[in-house]
Amino acid sequence: MYVAHLSLADFRSYAAVELALEPGVSAFVGPNGQGKTNLVEAIGYVATHGSHRVASDAPLIRAGAPRAIVRTGVVKDDRKALIEIEINPGRANRVRLNRGNVPRPRDLVGMLRTVLFAPEDLALVKGDPGERRRFLDELLTLRTPRMAGVRSDYDRVVKQRNALLKSAAAQRRTPGPEMLATLDVWDSQLANVGAELLAARLELVAALRPLVAGAYANVAPTGGAAELTYKSSLLGSTSRTDEGGDLELSTGRAQLVVMLEGGLAEARQQELARGVSLVGPHRDELLLRLGELPARGYASHGESWSFALGLRLAAFDLLRADGDDPVLILDDVFAELDAGRRRRLAELVAPAEQVLVTAAVPADVPAELKGASYAVANGSVTRE
Amino acid sequence: MYEGVVQNLIDELGRLPGVGPKSAQRIAFHLLAADPADVLRLSQALIEVKEKVRFCKTCGNVAEEELCRICRDPRRDENVICVVEESKDVVAIEKTREFRGKYHVLGGAISPIEGVGPEDLRIRELMQRLADGAVTELILATDPNLEGEATATYLARLVKPMGLTVTRLASGLPVGGDLEYADEVTLGRAFEGRRLLDV
Repeated sequence: MYVAHLSLADFRSYAAVELALEPGVSAFVGPNGQGKTNLVEAIGYVATHGSHRVASDAPLIRAGAPRAIVRTGVVKDDRKALIEIEINPGRANRVRLNRGNVPRPRDLVGMLRTVLFAPEDLALVKGDPGERRRFLDELLTLRTPRMAGVRSDYDRVVKQRNALLKSAAAQRRTPGPEMLATLDVWDSQLANVGAELLAARLELVAALRPLVAGAYANVAPTGGAAELTYKSSLLGSTSRTDEGGDLELSTGRAQLVVMLEGGLAEARQQELARGVSLVGPHRDELLLRLGELPARGYASHGESWSFALGLRLAAFDLLRADGDDPVLILDDVFAELDAGRRRRLAELVAPAEQVLVTAAVPADVPAELKGASYAVANGSVTRE
Repeated sequence: MYEGVVQNLIDELGRLPGVGPKSAQRIAFHLLAADPADVLRLSQALIEVKEKVRFCKTCGNVAEEELCRICRDPRRDENVICVVEESKDVVAIEKTREFRGKYHVLGGAISPIEGVGPEDLRIRELMQRLADGAVTELILATDPNLEGEATATYLARLVKPMGLTVTRLASGLPVGGDLEYADEVTLGRAFEGRRLLDV
């Protein structure tokens, strides 16, 4: 698939911009702060209904404007679809497909699929475990839209359970049988929904593992091998202070339900004392390793970058294997890489159906990525 | 802002669920223009609903007497109890005319976030109704969301030692609809709950 057309109204720095795009490589070049990233951010927003830079929608609206509108024409299998999103901060967004209203924005997931590489990706390797869980869960949702429902169910179960544990902790006495029976019920809810999420994550990690190793070896052939393991809060020691153990990726859903139930029973006293849920996919970690050492804390800046690229490239390979080529977006990534890694990354992404690149100077766009070039300055975009 | 009484009316109407300030204003001016007899009937109905309606001693449904219409009806099956969250749900099930047993209204679902635990629901009353062993089937018809499922599981575990049949309403595809319009969650559930077609 590719984006044939992008039109923005009151999005970030743009009052209004119309942009025709073609398959192949398009590079957006211009000095810092001129709005290059804003363009690709808008395309990413249409794909994921969120920004890769900020958690809330308010910064996406041009100062003083009530709402922002992003329109994209997406061509998939030779057919063009028009997706429009009206971003209303603090209220529900309005989404239209081919001029017809779409009641649930979730229904549009998969209409446009993107894989976005950005400087923020460094957090995938150096940041908290939450960043890596989000990477897995977002990829899950892109591949299976149903997982969006499982994720929100799971979040709600954890919230309900935490509210219960907190009120038990606040009572400062031994919880009564009614409280414990209610907790039992939420335990089995957590085990059931959690096992579904966990099983999907394990399957995803198993599929990603060879792809990440391959992509990393391509970008950085001289380093150690990149490896993924899934560390689960289920396999921690009884003190639950350490990071947990590696979970076998082939563990089935039914078995995970039993394991989660057992883990919750084991952790109960501690959960009651601390008032939070300590076992479940929300406490797990996707461990990244280079050779024998964990990437987080041990890898150099360049190695961390290459690992982050490897994760994104693997996601691209995976989505591509499901069918249609996702749109690849490379936001300011080449400036951070040495000449060799730059060239190899360019070679890896060049065959994609559409590649959108942003760079501050023309020299940052590798020669392998020849294509259309757009100059971005002062909120206007002109083709060169 | 309007003169005192008109503004009072708008403010009071605005407190109702689903009525925003604009609708409240519209309803207020409609009432101002309406026939006094109509308005009087409405105000009478409002006063009566608070004076006369109470909750059925047995099942917790809205009633005008000590027992609700359904609990008083001797033709209803005493051996089956259908557990629902709200009185609204009783009305919904009654419309189907499929169910001839009795109801039990819990008054909500277990939701720790809102501070609702089993002790806040009419569960003790339900257990009293089950105590004499006359009831043979308990149908759990709480909402098909996380809180409703949790409540159903809680009840199922609670009554398990009593040895009666406990059933849960099926969830899946809407009847008369198109498969293509079902959302992924519903369709996924329908797949899980598929059954053998016996021909």
